Amino acid sequence: MTFAAAIAQISPKLGDLKSNLALYEQKIRAAAKEKVDLLLFPELSLTGYFLRDMVPSVALRLSSPEIETLKRLSRDVGFVAGLVEESPDYRFFNAAVYFEGGEIRHVHRKVYLPTYGMFDEQRYFARGDRLRAFDSKFGRMAVLICEDLWHPSAVYVTALDGALAVLCPSTSPLRGITEGEPQDDNARYWELINRTYAETFGLYLIYGNRTGFEDGVGFWGGSEIVDPFGEKIAKANYYEEDFIVAEVNFDSVRRKRTMAPLLRDEDIDLTVNELMRIRGRPDWSTVNSQQSKAKREPAKRKGDKARK
Amino acid sequence: MARNGGPGVSVKIPTNVTLLRRILVSFVQNEVEKVGVCRVVVGLSGGVDSGLSAMLAAEALGPKQVLALVMPYKSSNPESLAHAELVVQKSGIESLVVDITPQIDAYFAGFPDADQRRRGSKMARERMTILYDHSARWNALVLGTSNKTELLLGYGTLYGDMASAINPLGDLYKTQVWAVAEAVGVPEVIVRKKPSADLWAGQTDEGELGFSYREVDRLLYLMVDGRHGRHELIDAGFPAQLVDDVTLRIMNSQFKRRLPVIAKVSHRTIDRDFRYARDWGK
Repeated sequence: MTFAAAIAQISPKLGDLKSNLALYEQKIRAAAKEKVDLLLFPELSLTGYFLRDMVPSVALRLSSPEIETLKRLSRDVGFVAGLVEESPDYRFFNAAVYFEGGEIRHVHRKVYLPTYGMFDEQRYFARGDRLRAFDSKFGRMAVLICEDLWHPSAVYVTALDGALAVLCPSTSPLRGITEGEPQDDNARYWELINRTYAETFGLYLIYGNRTGFEDGVGFWGGSEIVDPFGEKIAKANYYEEDFIVAEVNFDSVRRKRTMAPLLRDEDIDLTVNELMRIRGRPDWSTVNSQQSKAKREPAKRKGDKARK
Repeated sequence: MARNGGPGVSVKIPTNVTLLRRILVSFVQNEVEKVGVCRVVVGLSGGVDSGLSAMLAAEALGPKQVLALVMPYKSSNPESLAHAELVVQKSGIESLVVDITPQIDAYFAGFPDADQRRRGSKMARERMTILYDHSARWNALVLGTSNKTELLLGYGTLYGDMASAINPLGDLYKTQVWAVAEAVGVPEVIVRKKPSADLWAGQTDEGELGFSYREVDRLLYLMVDGRHGRHELIDAGFPAQLVDDVTLRIMNSQFKRRLPVIAKVSHRTIDRDFRYARDWGK
């Protein structure tokens, strides 16, 4: 399967849904003219990133008129939109929605919400609880949002779930300066992991970052499409708006996985067994261990309570 | 003692001037234009910070969109005025000299006992009101000139030289300011001279602070950016006294880096649980 993938490296207005929707429309129409098949927008690019208390006022139900507009726009070009999704029980998710052929084909709710340093996402968003690949007309793909990709387990799971391409909408702030480098430290780290994942899992890594500033925080742009051999087949400029297109050809995935059948050789049972052992260890704990255990072991919890 | 692999006193603050210049210029462009204006006003002291701020703004917006206000007092070092004029000539920005002597002297005629510190702070705030007045007259934003070193040390006048709408230098240590200033062409005589707030004759920042900027910058860089603890800093070769003094300075000047403290009585208090970006809707 061959298709033209593109990234709209835009600079949305913070909290201005209407003008960002107009920007989306403009980019989608431009993409259609250029015969783009699949277009990636950055994380939360329909709303802006540092939303804080604006979250509820820019959130969209999947039944909202704005979503209907996006569906209509997807008749010619498939695209991933970055937005705040409001669930029927009034939770707000940092979500990426894949539109294709006039319909929603997939929704990914960001799982790993950074809440440290300059980030405050878990204060405002509910956490997604799924890592899934999905079928598009171009083949099987996955969407992981920004910080999700900093967890190798997320890429690992979606690769095993059959993704031939990982689409990563991102809003990555520039930070850290090193002598003699053309980009900031954070940009360089992203480029390292994008390439590592593409080569390790033998897939296309389509990474769409935004640009512009919000309250002095700049976003470094530098969006890229990396093929399974680690080649950047398209690379956007740093620190300014851009639009890039590249031909994605899943024959490359086939060739890469033939040469290095790492996914074929994955021992899922071994991994699961070892993870279960680690999870069962008395000293095992993470920030969300209580929450995760509660979800998985309701019966045991009752017993614990009775003993108390 | 510094060892290989450890932080060491030889730690070098990164000064990638090409990248910093690019980021700061686009910061000024972006944060000014999204407010719906195209101009800035900046107080030009003749020093390296305001010289750099002004030249970055000239690069970002075009020199004719930058108005430099030079605001001497009668006791200001004449060299300061001359150096400010050098920046204006080099960058081609607009400029205006406003002598603040009459209003300062008129005010202190009523308070003749005021010490140097009070007089210096009053002058800094007088200049601030002039900048904001011209920002209204010229439909412009006030461009800040405080660097990270002085912001962390609290070495500035609250609502005086610390006041601005946007500040391209607030995350740059003095060491980095010097490097970028050199790269963007701030006249060498300004980059090389000893920094001074010029609040009274012969004053130098380093003399008043009691340490050099290059030394304290390395300490701050490890302490703030690198999150090194007290014992690590001492192990790296910094005198315990300096580490403690600087720590105390940062703590005691925290109020200068925050909005005024508001008594909470409602469910939603500004900046506590009423949280919005300044670039709201922009």
